[in-house]
Amino acid sequence: MGRYVARRLLQMIPVFIGSTFLIFAMMFALPGDPVRALMGDQAFDPAVVEAIRHDRGLDLPLWQQYLKYLFELVQGNFGTEIASQRPIADIIAQAFPVTIRLTLFAFTFTVVVGIGLGIIAGLRPESVRDRGLLALTLVLISMPSFVLGYLMQYLFAFKWGVTTPTVQDSESFGDLLLPAIVLGSLSLAYVARLTRTSMAENLRADYMRTAVAKGLPRRRIIGVHLMRNSLVPVVTFLGTDIGNLMTGAIVTEGIFNVQGVGDAIYEALFRREGATVVGIASLIVLVYLLASLLVDLLYAVLDPRIRYA
Amino acid sequence: MRGAKSAKWVAGAIVVALAATACGGGSGEEGKKNPAGKPAGYVSIDVGEPQKPLIPADTNETNGSYVIQSLFTQLLDFDAKGEIVYTNAESVETTDSKTWTVKLKSGWKFHNGEAVTAQSYVDAWNWYANIKNNQQNSFWFADIAGYDDVHPEKGDPKADKMSGLKVVDDTTFTIELKDKVPYFNYKLGYATFAPLPKVFFDDPKAFGQKPVGNGPYKFEKWTHKKLIQVAANPDYQGPNKAKNKGIQFKNYATLEAAYQDVVSGNLDIIRQVGPTDLPKYKQDLGDGAIEQPYAAIQSLVPAFYSKTFKDIDPKVLQGLSMAIDRETITKTVLNNTRTPATSFTPPQVKGNQDLGTDVFTFNPAKAKQLITEGGGVPENKMFIQYNSDGGHKEWVTAVCESIRKATGVDCVGDAKPDFPTDLEARDNDQVKSMYRGGWVADYPVNVNFIKELYHTNAESNNGRFSDKEIDKMMEDADKASSLEDAVKGYQAVEKKLLEKMPAIPLWYYRINGGHGKGVDNVAVDFHGDLELTGVSVK
Repeated sequence: MGRYVARRLLQMIPVFIGSTFLIFAMMFALPGDPVRALMGDQAFDPAVVEAIRHDRGLDLPLWQQYLKYLFELVQGNFGTEIASQRPIADIIAQAFPVTIRLTLFAFTFTVVVGIGLGIIAGLRPESVRDRGLLALTLVLISMPSFVLGYLMQYLFAFKWGVTTPTVQDSESFGDLLLPAIVLGSLSLAYVARLTRTSMAENLRADYMRTAVAKGLPRRRIIGVHLMRNSLVPVVTFLGTDIGNLMTGAIVTEGIFNVQGVGDAIYEALFRREGATVVGIASLIVLVYLLASLLVDLLYAVLDPRIRYA
Repeated sequence: MRGAKSAKWVAGAIVVALAATACGGGSGEEGKKNPAGKPAGYVSIDVGEPQKPLIPADTNETNGSYVIQSLFTQLLDFDAKGEIVYTNAESVETTDSKTWTVKLKSGWKFHNGEAVTAQSYVDAWNWYANIKNNQQNSFWFADIAGYDDVHPEKGDPKADKMSGLKVVDDTTFTIELKDKVPYFNYKLGYATFAPLPKVFFDDPKAFGQKPVGNGPYKFEKWTHKKLIQVAANPDYQGPNKAKNKGIQFKNYATLEAAYQDVVSGNLDIIRQVGPTDLPKYKQDLGDGAIEQPYAAIQSLVPAFYSKTFKDIDPKVLQGLSMAIDRETITKTVLNNTRTPATSFTPPQVKGNQDLGTDVFTFNPAKAKQLITEGGGVPENKMFIQYNSDGGHKEWVTAVCESIRKATGVDCVGDAKPDFPTDLEARDNDQVKSMYRGGWVADYPVNVNFIKELYHTNAESNNGRFSDKEIDKMMEDADKASSLEDAVKGYQAVEKKLLEKMPAIPLWYYRINGGHGKGVDNVAVDFHGDLELTGVSVK
């Protein structure tokens, strides 16, 4: 187990280097010079543009810039933004906790409500409440998050006046409730459907019949025997979903004006702040990697037949 | 059981993660005092995060300018009509347009108590102009004698002071220019000419995060990407003393989110209503809706190096201009957010004139005739380059449609994904035929819309228009000894421009913003900024 985790952690290094280099190269390949863009379409002095480019090392070839970046990153230095001249670590430290909170909130919502709905529907396949769930999740899956976002904003803030239309304080949990629900609702639909299908299938499995024949109490049959096996595909989905939620937050954060990663990365992309984009993106890559490791470890909990050497 | 062990491990990790993020929430306490987190008597406006540190000569985008203008006061400013209003200066005078004498009002202080003296201005300007400091607006000082010593085109500066700036006494200094510039005093109203206190020179970097100015507001705090807060300066002596207790510049990710907040009362002022809300904003905001023209113009600029417009007969461009139905497009596609242009300069600037021409009037028959007379558009096809992140697609399509219908010339929009890409194509002479040009007044004189755009050596002349006769006329107009003569000279240039057509003016901008019920007296200045000092809180 320990060796397995260590090996997985070591594997992250090449993946991390590879992905940062790819993003770095893509930012480099994008047309548009960040320093020139700072000047807008008003008059400017090209000598100043050249001087700033030189000071920031932007006139070096790609590989030199990348090595320099990586060298500094190893020392824990994310670099400095071209325009604002602020340390990128500051920008990340400000944006990440907000998005992580939003993501965890949405994730909890997805897990609790999604699995709950899935269980309710899955225990009685083809019943009215099952059909109802399928219809509801179909609506959620087919509705883009910005439509849902504006709809919720309209209903809750303008129609009923229970909340403010945008988040006033990105650090307050109460304010994040609405965006978290919007963000989580798409995954919620998938989770509910996955749980429902997987349970409905396993209900007919041999071991279920055995459990019933043994005369086990119903709570134990469903809670331990049925749930444990049915949750394997759901956990797989949830693992990759953490990363998806973080990146998916971009749209939701825009609608509700949450100053998180989405806002930061959009702005950085727009201004060609390569180092900021790479910094944020590589952290998201890390989140993905760690989440998938967690999922793999959870398999063993759910299904003891799966073992890691 | 192995599985159970790792389950504990996982659960532990989740608890740690949750605890870590919950701890970070402590810093939000300040904002929880009231729902919007705004002190009483303050006014909030949707001004986003400035791109750069707050140094006057390093800021020319609107977000930063708003904050700079609230913190710093230059020698003079302009009223709504574009006339000079003296703020920190008592007078700015010249007899020959070459040597200017500035007298300061006495008793002015920076927010840290230091007196604003002639030296504060001279030191600041020398620092701004120095190439070593990489200030974006350094070229604004290029008129001053000795600029080339501190800002050579290549290499290190030869001096750290411009010879043209001389301190006479505490409240007087003189500016000697390289050549006559009859409208130089108008340039002094630009935010770049602000003075700096001595603390600046100790640590410019720290100053950029926490500026000390001499303006109507004092810096309070800057929570990056969230808000900047400034408080009214009680000791301010200028004519634009704040009528409110302070301003909160709040960052919004989208125009729509800001608009929602104005409607629901969580934000006081929005500078620009987004296209989706334009049709209903007057209904939503009632008296709070703002619709006012300002000194800015949008044009189509032909690239004179392109296959399409190389050695083109100006008649063709006049014809294309007449093929555009400005009236209908501004009314329908642009929702009345623009006013059709009738000249190369907007009405708010000194020297704007009636050109007495029908070149800007929609006339398909004459348009067709002029294009034929001029030899037609090569390959009968043209492109209009624009950046698709700025809401230009709709009108570019409409203009093309108008041209196609009226003249049969095939016209296609050439979309660039964003502004940096668009600018790069312009800089590198890669525009296929035309690009979308926009210009907002730096100072309210017609020179700003003519010399900066159409002089052969102008930095913003991305169409590479070049005409010796017109260059000569501009240089002659600059030699005038009075502002009136210079303006007249440029009026003559403008008439000549009509014959050469370096651009096709489309329309003048209007600001379509609004404010909520909590505030009043929101006015717009000549370059479209809202005048925050005059805003009163109900």
